[in-house]
Amino acid sequence: MELANQIGGSVTDGLAYLGALASLAGRAAYFAFVAPFTGKPVRVQRAISQAMQVGVRALPILSLITFFIGLILALQAAYELRKFGALNFVASAVAISMTRELGPLITAIVVIGRSGSAFAAEIGTMKVTEEIDALETMAINPIHFLVTPKFLAMAVMLPCLTIWANSMGILGGALFGVAQADFTWARYVQASLDALFLRDIVTGLIKSVMFGVTITAVGCHEGLSTGAGAEQVGQATTRAVVISIFLVIFVDVIFTALFFFVSAR
Amino acid sequence: MDQAGNPAVSSGPMISLRNLRVSYGEREILHGISFDVMRGETLVILGGSGSGKSTLLRTLVGLEKPDSGEIWLKGKNIAAISGSEMDEIRKKIGMSFQGGALFGSMTVGENVALPLREHTKLEDSTIEIILRLKLDQVGLSGYENYMPSQLSGGMKKRAAVARALAMDPEILFFDEPSAGLDPIIAAGVDELILELKKAFHMTVIVVTHELASAFMIADRMVLIDKGIVVAIGTTEEMRASTHPRVRQFLDRIAEPEVSQELDYLQMLTEDIRPGRGAAGKRSA
Repeated sequence: MELANQIGGSVTDGLAYLGALASLAGRAAYFAFVAPFTGKPVRVQRAISQAMQVGVRALPILSLITFFIGLILALQAAYELRKFGALNFVASAVAISMTRELGPLITAIVVIGRSGSAFAAEIGTMKVTEEIDALETMAINPIHFLVTPKFLAMAVMLPCLTIWANSMGILGGALFGVAQADFTWARYVQASLDALFLRDIVTGLIKSVMFGVTITAVGCHEGLSTGAGAEQVGQATTRAVVISIFLVIFVDVIFTALFFFVSAR
Repeated sequence: MDQAGNPAVSSGPMISLRNLRVSYGEREILHGISFDVMRGETLVILGGSGSGKSTLLRTLVGLEKPDSGEIWLKGKNIAAISGSEMDEIRKKIGMSFQGGALFGSMTVGENVALPLREHTKLEDSTIEIILRLKLDQVGLSGYENYMPSQLSGGMKKRAAVARALAMDPEILFFDEPSAGLDPIIAAGVDELILELKKAFHMTVIVVTHELASAFMIADRMVLIDKGIVVAIGTTEEMRASTHPRVRQFLDRIAEPEVSQELDYLQMLTEDIRPGRGAAGKRSA
């Protein structure tokens, strides 16, 4: 009975949390898509500076990581493929697993580490120093001012970063292909492109938009629900990272399954 | 019905509180507060830590929703109005927070100009002039391009006042204006509040526990203790008061020492009133 209670309690808490995220995303979407028609323009300037921070500044580290991931994928695929003398399939193996799965996922994880945590810390600190309250007393909606630009920046930049990550991953695979599998750079790239369908890339990008929305919702929600004190900001940041990683994987499962059944028709 | 029964009359009080009750979660902080704030006066809300004075201030500016009671401000009961109506009222009030609450990612100038850019359609050049004027009023001319982190505590507070003044508010709220400042800087902030009052005939509401500062700026004072109004009156009336709680506060007499564990428990739980359901039961 106690166990049933606990399980029931956790499920309710989890659903309530998802509800809170959905409510935050909904309010942010209102300010992005509805409020502009009532004379409250979107803060484009803030969205662009967020996009710089979230997207452009993430490029170096993301490039490095996804290049290595591509290389690792090639090595792992080759380990099995060379038994069949099928090393020329390395290119398609890397291309498909990068664009369909690992490109969006690795990008999301890098962005969680860089930006999801930063959102929670920034908004949490603003909460502690009463800056959120100050916004409200100045009749400025904190969601409109702080959260909506972040959602817009993430929903646009995550797919962009994902495309970049896909390319860097393929490049990483190409390093192996050229060094070990008798490819030339041009031939490797051509082999990758031949292996890909538009569908592979598009499903990856749809997932990455969903990841972006999820990461922003969790980061901002954790920031806004920070209690008083510096310690709480730290806890909110940690929670934002852990919950974001979990929810991104969760969203990934749902969408991958969805795409699987839709494309199987 | 008392004389504040029709608070919308323009000659009446600026703000009227009627039996205001506010809770955090299940714990009631303010147990029925009633008083008036007159137009153009400086009212100081005094009280110790945990007395509920900050909660009262947060409720007055609409950051907390009361459980029951009324707050009449500019003819509207802000305890029961919609968010957009509250936003209209907020454009007419200014609030200076304890730590300044300046936005760390913006310069002092951008901070002060923010409400103007948000709520007015003024040209940039006009905003620039207003900005200079406001910074000049608080003695921070030439600091518009500094980041808040480059300012000292007193300067941050002045910048926060400039931001609160940006929309030419009718009512100015201060949360602990002298907290964390050395006595000289704190006196400077008090001086500033007096100057603003003289120059603009603003209604000023200050929450503080600093007695020296309170007596310097106040026209009238309210002493809040454990969520109720203990005393209200002019500075002279407060000085002459014989109410034990007022005397204790003004004469800075320490609470009787806690000798017994049980006393301590009682002290911790005394403001949790029985009969309020779970909160009362849990602490019992």
